[in-house]
Amino acid sequence: MSPLVRLRPVAFIAVLLTVWQVAVNRHPGQLLPGPWGVLRGIGDLLHHGLLLKYVVASLFRVTWGFLLAAVIAIPLGLTIGWYRRSEMAFNPLVQVFRPISPLAWIPIAILWFGVGDLAAIFLIFVGCFFPLLVTAMSAVHNVPSVYVNVGRNFGLNTADFLYRVLYPAVVPQLIIGSRITLGIAWLVVVAAEMIAVNSGLGFLIVDARNAGNRYDLVIGGMVIIGTIGLLLDSGMRSLERVKSFRWGYSEN
Amino acid sequence: MPMPALTTPPAPNVKLRMEHVDMLFERDGKSVSVLEDINLEVRDGEFVCLVGPSGCGKSTLLNVVSGFLSPTSGSVTIDGEVVRGPDPRRILVFQDRGVFPWLTVEGNIGFGLSNLRVAERDQRIAHYVQMMRLQGFEETYPSDLSGGMKQRLQVARALAVNPDILYLDEPFGALDSVTRLIMRGELLRIWQTERRTIIFVTHDIDEAVQLADRVVVLSSRPAKIQDILTIDIAHPRNISSTRYLEHRDDLLRKIGVAYTV
Repeated sequence: MSPLVRLRPVAFIAVLLTVWQVAVNRHPGQLLPGPWGVLRGIGDLLHHGLLLKYVVASLFRVTWGFLLAAVIAIPLGLTIGWYRRSEMAFNPLVQVFRPISPLAWIPIAILWFGVGDLAAIFLIFVGCFFPLLVTAMSAVHNVPSVYVNVGRNFGLNTADFLYRVLYPAVVPQLIIGSRITLGIAWLVVVAAEMIAVNSGLGFLIVDARNAGNRYDLVIGGMVIIGTIGLLLDSGMRSLERVKSFRWGYSEN
Repeated sequence: MPMPALTTPPAPNVKLRMEHVDMLFERDGKSVSVLEDINLEVRDGEFVCLVGPSGCGKSTLLNVVSGFLSPTSGSVTIDGEVVRGPDPRRILVFQDRGVFPWLTVEGNIGFGLSNLRVAERDQRIAHYVQMMRLQGFEETYPSDLSGGMKQRLQVARALAVNPDILYLDEPFGALDSVTRLIMRGELLRIWQTERRTIIFVTHDIDEAVQLADRVVVLSSRPAKIQDILTIDIAHPRNISSTRYLEHRDDLLRKIGVAYTV
């Protein structure tokens, strides 16, 4: 891409910000705070040390919830997917749980864990568990039988087979699934923090409104959430460029 | 055991023996016969082609012989030992997607060599890179290789573990005709230097006549051995010579295809 093409989204954002500022200047106090006001709000948060604290709190919950879910759901899903019979047993249950919004678990999370980090982590765990489970199950199904047969032909034992054939064959699909799931986790954490805890970016948004209609902070929080979401996604996406995974993303 | 279709007397150095191999598949509650009473002896170092109409059961037979499927009845023995499953001493080469896309050329060739010392392993890899003319592509992933190179790589990975038999299941079927011709030459070159026993499944009559010591003609389902042709032309074979054309016409006749288009 030429530098000019790369600049296009930046230019577009600049235009939108200008329109926003002009609109706010024409009708002060009616629509929203302007981008300048939002920027000052973010500056306030930085100044009071709240921004860093809330970002860290949110990322901490997402990391734990997501990792716990990954550590349990991925091996479980791979195992269930590998043994067709266990899949027949598990699948109906999985399909019932899957469409339940993680937010529906909020009362139970508070009942079990009280208001605090554990409740938020639990909600993220629930939100990540089923997408990861389903990803792992279908990743196993999609392994071409040729790879399995080659592994058998070369006389691999079970451990070698798992590590040298099955694992590399499913990794590209697991990365795609994890990327989508991490996006879900980031959505869930904001909602969870609005109810189940007293810190984090979700709490910031509710608190800014409740404690004095600071809409500059509400929008500032939204901007921060969006930016971090983008960074998380591009971090996961960079895994897709690893050479030994790349085959999974283009027909070959 | 008498082998009526065998034109040469049974040699003492039989490598592989199929005896009364039957294969039935259960499909929708009915059992379908795919292989029926297959009897064949393959000599050590022999190049045998299995030909037959598509869907006749050639690949099923190869899967039985290589141990991926158990025959419903009958047996396959190699060096007098009954085949009970896949075995690294005999490697099956697939038509498509046979190489691991997450490993480089070197990684693929070395796949079956993990129990060797590093130095020996590297030496073996270098040898087969050379033999299969993959120099300069050692670090390349299969997605950046041509179809012909991928098949050469698959053959290299198979040869690297030093198998005594190579099974090839239409290995050049997905390649264009020029590449296919080149690949046949390469395979013969390797077969002549390394002297492995080769069983090669194809539906391409020219391919069979160009490559094989003997061509086994299978009937359509259930597959039975319909005929066995000995191609007694020394390599390299001139594919426009009268002898070659005679053999080819003979094979066409036996398969029951008219040879005008």
